[in-house]
Amino acid sequence: MRDLTLPFCAGCGCFTVINCFLRAIHELGHKDLRKFIFCSGIGCAAWIPSPYFEADSIHTAHGRSIPVATGVKLMRPDLNVVVFGGDGDLAAIGLSHLIHAARRNMDIMVVMVNNMIYGMTGGQVAPTTPLGVKTTTTPYGSFEPPLDTTRLVATAGASYAARWTTVYFKQLKEAMKTAVTTSGFTFIEAVSPCPTTFGRRIGLKGASEMLQWFKQNSLPLMQTEKMTEKELADKIVVGEFAYRRKPTFTDHLHEALKEAEITVKEN
Amino acid sequence: MAKPKAGTHFWQGNEACAEGAVAAGCRFFAGYPITPASEIFEHVALRLPQKGGIVVQMEDEMAALGAVIGASWTGAKAMTATSGPGFSLMQELVGYAFMTETPCVVVDIQRAGPSTGQATKCGQGDVMQARWGTHGDYSAVVLAPNSVQEMFDLTIQAFNLAETYRTPVVLLADETVAHMRERIVFPPPEQMVIAKRKKPNSTERQFFGLKEVAPMPSVGEGFNVAVTGSTHDEYGHRFTADPLVHKRIVGSLVEKIRSNTEKIVDFESYSINDCEVGIVSFGCTSRAVYEAVELAEEKKIKAGFVRLKTVWPFPEKIVHLMAQKTHTIIVPEMNLGEILYEVQRTVQGAAKVVPLNKIGGGEMITPEELLAEIVRSVKRVD
Repeated sequence: MRDLTLPFCAGCGCFTVINCFLRAIHELGHKDLRKFIFCSGIGCAAWIPSPYFEADSIHTAHGRSIPVATGVKLMRPDLNVVVFGGDGDLAAIGLSHLIHAARRNMDIMVVMVNNMIYGMTGGQVAPTTPLGVKTTTTPYGSFEPPLDTTRLVATAGASYAARWTTVYFKQLKEAMKTAVTTSGFTFIEAVSPCPTTFGRRIGLKGASEMLQWFKQNSLPLMQTEKMTEKELADKIVVGEFAYRRKPTFTDHLHEALKEAEITVKEN
Repeated sequence: MAKPKAGTHFWQGNEACAEGAVAAGCRFFAGYPITPASEIFEHVALRLPQKGGIVVQMEDEMAALGAVIGASWTGAKAMTATSGPGFSLMQELVGYAFMTETPCVVVDIQRAGPSTGQATKCGQGDVMQARWGTHGDYSAVVLAPNSVQEMFDLTIQAFNLAETYRTPVVLLADETVAHMRERIVFPPPEQMVIAKRKKPNSTERQFFGLKEVAPMPSVGEGFNVAVTGSTHDEYGHRFTADPLVHKRIVGSLVEKIRSNTEKIVDFESYSINDCEVGIVSFGCTSRAVYEAVELAEEKKIKAGFVRLKTVWPFPEKIVHLMAQKTHTIIVPEMNLGEILYEVQRTVQGAAKVVPLNKIGGGEMITPEELLAEIVRSVKRVD
């Protein structure tokens, strides 16, 4: 970390996410971040690496972190490319990039900090906001159901996709270790408290109340298989949604370019 | 297609652009298909992997330019190619490339707009989009080829300017120049001038907004560079409210091009010192000017021209000079008036500035139409 004060509000889940990530890579034996390059978009979570990590970081335009990370990874396959972003950045404006990166099984890791709201811009409804919540742009209550981003990423073809809340910091840290060491597209959704712009709108004043709410409403994926959509409406389903060995984008690319590589030698 | 040999070839404009990119050292291309630019993508898809480069098709134009920017920060020369609608989508990341001083080349093969317009038909309506397309203050560098040879030469020049000034450079071509086939001379490697970006020495830590163009590290080299599209200081650290830091960084983006305008501007001129009527043109439209000038000479009318090879920065000095010698300057363009206003601003009333516009169906402005305008302007004065 650089010697700078972190910008996050008191009780923000980003602190836990930073903690889990840095612990995870420390436990994996990395003494510094030399083998990593971080990309992020716009929003609170996008500030996690930039410029606070003592590392190369590219803080891109809103939603475009994954395309930029893709360009970096394709030219520097030896580096670990990690994206941090919020639910607005990755599941709204950047969603198509997220789906396509998962489909390609592009060799990058994405950490989505889901606080269920647009925090930085002052509490507008997000595609992850639960139905009925009153936000600054839905003063009569949200009238659209939220997106199950992790399930979507798993379905699209990612090697690894998991959701935890910041309450489960041990599982979150372990998931980060798995994500760093698994080849292909790896995705972690960290459901995270935002007492400042979300908690107070749903009647939860502090971080501890929010964490309590996460705890009471979380269900392991295994238990939810036979539950109806209605029963799951207010639940946070946690666990590993995908964990599989499969060829990555780079594998397919090298296979396809074999013919061209022969020509390289001739040129 | 394998590596072309030095010598004469018969190529399409888009092929020449792609070969220009290969020759300039481009090793990364990300694109999204669009008429009339797709042949560039298809050609580099064949050629770059032969050079150890990467070509990838992204999900949209924002992703294409995003990937190009990411690749550029690894040290690679990188490019994308599109047309007006795609260029509009890219504007967000064009702004990001300006703000982060990321060298890259964006080729815009203009077609008739706005919106989907006439996708296969020629237009020249992106002149102002190329200058002012993204929000905020910046200085654009935009080149306008008018032949297959220049699709090759100016693509190399676009990379050279991008790398020298750490800025996105637009190659503003048009459907006609991109799709026509003509003779092109592929020069031997020793005759090609290829610029490289300035790299920092190991102790340097200031990578942005310096008086001279700042050195650019690559990621993964141990510089721990912080790149951001937010207002930042010389070290790349964000300052989202400080007025002085904002003035400093944005001022430097504008000044690094403005103060080098004379080095960057490029044009072709003819008879500007002894002509009655002047013509300012660019791209495909300028091809009719050559013949119109000859037709005018047959009628004993001396017509001169300035042909813009850099549309931006606009070659003010030469156009201003021509205005002192002529009574009329004709501005033919395949839009309803864009570069016209820049000519008017430059001329400042010294000569009458007359538009000659044509849009729709890709119909070109003909030498005869230009001649008629030349004759009309001479009669007006007599």
